[in-house]
Amino acid sequence: MFSLKEKAIKLIFACLAFSCLLFLLAIVAALFLESYPLFLKVNIFKFIFGKSWYPTFDPPEFGILPLISGTFLVSVGALFICIPLGIGSALYIHELAPEKSRKILKPLVEFLGAVPSIVFGFFALTIVAPFIAKTFNLPTGLCALTASLVLGIMAIPTITSISEDALSFVPNSFREASYALGANKFQTMFSIIVPAASSGILTSIILATGRIVGETMTVLMASGQAAVIAKSFFSPVRPMTATIASEMGEAASGSLHYHSLFAIALILFLITLAFNILAEKINQKYTKK
Amino acid sequence: MDDNKIKIEAKNINFYYGQMQILKNLSVNFYENQVTAFIGPSGCGKSTFIRLLNKMNELAPNSSVSGEIYLDGENILDKKTNAVKIRRKVGMVFQKPNPFSKTIFQNISYGLQLCKTPKKLIPEIVEESLKHAALWNEVKDRLHKSALELSGGQQQRLCIARCLAIKPEVILFDEPCASLDPISTSKIEELVLKLKKYYTIAIVTHNMQQAARVSDQTAFMYLGELIEFSPTKEMFVVPKEKKTQEYLSGRFG
Ligand SMILES: Nc1ncnc2c1ncn2[C@@H]1O[C@H](COP(=O)(O)OP(=O)(O)OP(=O)(O)O)[C@@H](O)[C@H]1O
Ligand SMILES: [Mg+2]
Repeated sequence: MFSLKEKAIKLIFACLAFSCLLFLLAIVAALFLESYPLFLKVNIFKFIFGKSWYPTFDPPEFGILPLISGTFLVSVGALFICIPLGIGSALYIHELAPEKSRKILKPLVEFLGAVPSIVFGFFALTIVAPFIAKTFNLPTGLCALTASLVLGIMAIPTITSISEDALSFVPNSFREASYALGANKFQTMFSIIVPAASSGILTSIILATGRIVGETMTVLMASGQAAVIAKSFFSPVRPMTATIASEMGEAASGSLHYHSLFAIALILFLITLAFNILAEKINQKYTKK
Repeated sequence: MDDNKIKIEAKNINFYYGQMQILKNLSVNFYENQVTAFIGPSGCGKSTFIRLLNKMNELAPNSSVSGEIYLDGENILDKKTNAVKIRRKVGMVFQKPNPFSKTIFQNISYGLQLCKTPKKLIPEIVEESLKHAALWNEVKDRLHKSALELSGGQQQRLCIARCLAIKPEVILFDEPCASLDPISTSKIEELVLKLKKYYTIAIVTHNMQQAARVSDQTAFMYLGELIEFSPTKEMFVVPKEKKTQEYLSGRFG
């Protein structure tokens, strides 16, 4: 009787845990089912590598390369911002800061992570975009650079908090050993601590990338919404997420346009899934040792 | 033993963590090419004391120290004394083997790179240090494998090699065998005896036999005070202080 009760409890928790898997499967199924009709009409290679996205023209064109390139450009730009800032602040907070600044900085970074993305969107619209337009003398500040900047800032907390965890797992004995050999703070930090925490830092970058690629609201507001392959960071772009969000409302349910948006979502899902699996793999590889 | 040459002279050391006094007016001499053992019950301040000798105390926040420690005439405790310089002269081996998560080779070359040793010379010094630490034969075929794959005893000898590589004059051992099996322990003890020809050595240990076997001088500490400091042979045969006698006979600790 005792073990029966135990079994029941275990079963309940197993169900709870596996429900995650169920949701994931349901999402994948929905994406597949809804994007499948598109691929009956449009070749998947043409879809991914096609250079023009004119879903409402006659005949429509469903080439998402401009959207992929928009996502790519904005993401790379954002990484250039969040990697140095994120890792730099993690190092400062964990290795260099005096107790007092640490106590202020840590919650601040966490708070930055809790700011809703729509707020970042407003920040982009009202502050960053006008600033960029003025500084670089552009007709509009809503461009890849603005989106990158704001996305980069948004992703800092992800990198900082995960990197900081990684730093805190580096045993103190490494620091002592390094100092005892006559290393100074910076030599210890860059030659011993950072390499020892590298898997965690790498994981933080990958998860941040996933977040950047999947972020919607901010890029919708900040990127300028031009579905063409961008020539530079100053061109307006239209990342995949922004496309889905802005066109879903106007695409008639069941139309090819509608299915093509699901297909974009499917590809986006696969990309972020790949990033997460990669992060998991890296973590496993290093924690085994 | 009048011909003992003093390498390090610690005078009237007081050490505090916050308000709490950990070391009370300690004075100890370390003689060149001798092994000085520190014994005493847990928490009496042995580690705290020897960490003063290579300025590791400066890493502990909220601590303060008074007194003087002369190493070849230079006051280690002086704020102006360069910590890096002192740490190159006074190496340290810790209680738990703490090799870096790098290769065996890199564990040793790291310290060499820090003191700007020409690249050409590094392999040679690595080999030499590993030989000195009695580890070469066991690792010569896997220098470029991770140091974490070594056994605990091998790791500790690697840490010793790492310390020897930068050619210190003094080596501090803080319970170097605490986490090792008897065979590894005796290897380390042999090593300590061999090394004292070239270095001045301080060793903290909880193992009385070990202190008796490897040391020339023994310092017995109790609650932050130095109770007795005498040649090991004398202390273990006829302790001068009653406290020492009680401790050595295992009546407390
Ligand atoms: N960072 C610290 N902050 C406050 N007190 C400390 C700190 N480190 C050590 N102490 C205290 O200082 C005293 C001496 O510690 P120490 O490590 O020197 O003892 P020990 O003789 O080496 O002991 P053991 O044989 O267990 O290693 C202890 O009472 C300890 O609690
Ligand atoms: Mg100790």
